[in-house]
Amino acid sequence: MRPLPIFTALLIVALTLGSAAVLAFAAPWSGLGAADWAAVRFTLWQALWSAALCCLLAVPLARALFRRRFAGRDLLIALMGAPFVLPVLVAVLGLLAIFGRAGPVNLGLDALGLPTVSIFGLRGVVLANVFLNLPLATRMLLMGWQDIPAERFRLAASLSMGPGAVARHLEGPMTARVLPGAFVAICLICLTSFAVALTLGGGPKASTVELLIYQALRFDYDLGRAALLASVQFGLCAAVTLLAAWATLPTFHDAGRGYVGAQPPAPPGWRRWSDGALIGAAALFLGLPLLAVVWRGLPGLTDLPPGIAGAAARSVVVALGSAGLSLTAALSLSMAIAAQPPGHRLLEMAGMLPLATSSLVLGTGMFVVTRPLAPEDLALPVTVLVNALMTLPFLVRLILPQARRVLADYGRLAGSLGLTGWPALRFLILPRLRRPLAYGAGLAAALSMGDLGVIALFAGENTQTLPVLVSRLMGAYRMEAAAAVALVLVAISLALFVVLDAGGARDVDA
Amino acid sequence: MKTKLLAAGLFTIASAAMAETPVLTVLTYDSFATEWGPGPAIEKGFEASCACDLKFVTAGDGAAVLARLMLEGAGSAADVVVGLDTSLTAEATASGLFAPHGMTVANSLPVPFADANFLPFDWGWFAFVYDKTKVTDVPGSFEALAASNLKIVIEDPRSSTPGLGLVMWVKAAYGDRAPDIWSALADNIVTVTPGWSEAYGMFLEGEADLVLSYTTSPAYHLIAESDDTKAAANFAEGHYLQVEVAGKVAASDQPELADTFLAYLTGAEAQAILPTTNWMYPALTPKTGLPAGFETLIQPAESLLMTSQEAGAARKPAIAEWAAALSK
Repeated sequence: MRPLPIFTALLIVALTLGSAAVLAFAAPWSGLGAADWAAVRFTLWQALWSAALCCLLAVPLARALFRRRFAGRDLLIALMGAPFVLPVLVAVLGLLAIFGRAGPVNLGLDALGLPTVSIFGLRGVVLANVFLNLPLATRMLLMGWQDIPAERFRLAASLSMGPGAVARHLEGPMTARVLPGAFVAICLICLTSFAVALTLGGGPKASTVELLIYQALRFDYDLGRAALLASVQFGLCAAVTLLAAWATLPTFHDAGRGYVGAQPPAPPGWRRWSDGALIGAAALFLGLPLLAVVWRGLPGLTDLPPGIAGAAARSVVVALGSAGLSLTAALSLSMAIAAQPPGHRLLEMAGMLPLATSSLVLGTGMFVVTRPLAPEDLALPVTVLVNALMTLPFLVRLILPQARRVLADYGRLAGSLGLTGWPALRFLILPRLRRPLAYGAGLAAALSMGDLGVIALFAGENTQTLPVLVSRLMGAYRMEAAAAVALVLVAISLALFVVLDAGGARDVDA
Repeated sequence: MKTKLLAAGLFTIASAAMAETPVLTVLTYDSFATEWGPGPAIEKGFEASCACDLKFVTAGDGAAVLARLMLEGAGSAADVVVGLDTSLTAEATASGLFAPHGMTVANSLPVPFADANFLPFDWGWFAFVYDKTKVTDVPGSFEALAASNLKIVIEDPRSSTPGLGLVMWVKAAYGDRAPDIWSALADNIVTVTPGWSEAYGMFLEGEADLVLSYTTSPAYHLIAESDDTKAAANFAEGHYLQVEVAGKVAASDQPELADTFLAYLTGAEAQAILPTTNWMYPALTPKTGLPAGFETLIQPAESLLMTSQEAGAARKPAIAEWAAALSK
């Protein structure tokens, strides 16, 4: 197992830092101006706000979803994957349909004689980021809850612990273990976001570093400046990651029977109502914009453009390819990280590196490197590789906590039995990591489906994927057809996600 | 890995089959080569007479096309570049990657236009488009727009060619007063989007009363969707032009074929394809006239256009003025 994780880590470093280096060598460096620093500040500000709000909302929401059973619960949890995999442009239009000037929220406020609210500005950027990332944070926490062995809840009940004591002894430590990872992941996504901040930001006040990179690459053709800005962005992301690593408390716990999934008793009384209200509000907040996407897409379904079948097939192949690649890399990396003594963070940092990278810089770097080999013909393989790389950090974050637990619980036993290599993977590790692996596979496939990062730089006539088709249709006035193709894209992404995720529903020891 | 091998295999078979006919590679923006754009008809028309294979290679928009060519440098496979505009030609010329076309082609542009390296193939006036059923008090100038309560959505000049066109428009119309105009417009601007699609999409969703687009945009709704509710506001200070040009790559291994293509693109047959596929005015008005519906479009009294050199020099300071005025 040893060479594979090291090779994976080196490959990540080469791809992420290497692409910036390729650009840096292509041109001399220059300094940053006042406008650039303003962009740095805004980038950091909106990311911290968005990540903090996501985490704050996700804790009660995940707890409510964990302890309540109701009709449509599984469907709600599955649908919660959808915002995260929507192409950003489609998600923004969905949000505008609800929170925009002509949306029901403002019409309602107006009807009540209240002042209407504008979705544009920092408020809108944070709203969109929360819409896109709250499901991820909730899902990460929900898995944390599900991983608390059911015996603990029973023990707590037999000791007559109230909700406060349960939170202190069981839920608090779990949250402390999972939340920093969720915060970092979301913060990094928001730090490198481009379309959300720019579309809803309201103007040049809301410029992000990624926009400046885009400008440097596309309009000014200043590769040195792009590389410098990429390093600045990288520095921001590294600072956030280090901060969260420092804030993460090491947790120790003894082995349970791995008896997960059994339903602990839910607290009755007013908590029933507050949980219900919370779940209802989240379902509306996440569901209504999605409904708007469906509603907008329906009329065009009868008249889909002829290129859609090929585009859909290519998208699915790319999604499954990159999910497989990413999952393999993430599993080997996570097991290697989990096996390290506490305090070693280099491998873990390598696993988070892709999130800190500008996909634009990565794509351009890959373009420069692959240019002698005809980029059009490499568009799909390169997209598979880059998408695998970009989804890797999420998978590491999902798999790592469980990997640590498996090693803590069974590491000594496996060592004394001499259980290593493939048998260990087959009989010990894979069965216990089934839930995060399945969710990770679904997430990676769905994220890769909706991605319009690298493929847009490479895509030619015959390498059109669904997100490329959506953006091309929108660029040619065909908004109705674009909405319909977006609906198809969301449906396929969600189907992939649900099918792969369902593979983790069965539990090994139960 | 399998995909890679498969792709490489298919590519080998495909290139072997085409080895006999010369290939002309045209680098252009995305929407030119899509199945609903002018690309397929132009490919069919040109291949009917050239005994060659025309291959489109695409990048996002005009700026991306130039960035792509500069990345590839002299090693580019492109023989012809289609879809730069006059805000980009100064940089393109300075790159030394283009060869003079050496042709004299008649055009019906509203302003005199001549460039040793680039031939215009279509053009349009930038304009604010609105919905006639919703906006009744239509502004007749930037100042009237700024004084109104109308909400507009515009594109970012740092990431989109129409956004850059708007900044050039204000600069060409108002010169030193441009920052004042931008300050006055600040409270009308709902948001600034990265590209045309987002802005136009938001306008159609009702987020803004007007959107920066082209005078020809209403023609799409009228002809393709039988919807006559969209119109462009006619501004008294004149409208800035976007002139889209094509040029021959200096390092092309098919220079004669490239010349033949440029002549075809600017000739009557290809020009007649452009109005209802690219939704712009053709550089040369067809003898049979423009398609029905184009006569309903506004005709600006004055056309503004900076020369390639002026535009190249004005771009950075004008964007800085724009950003400073809107950041207050």
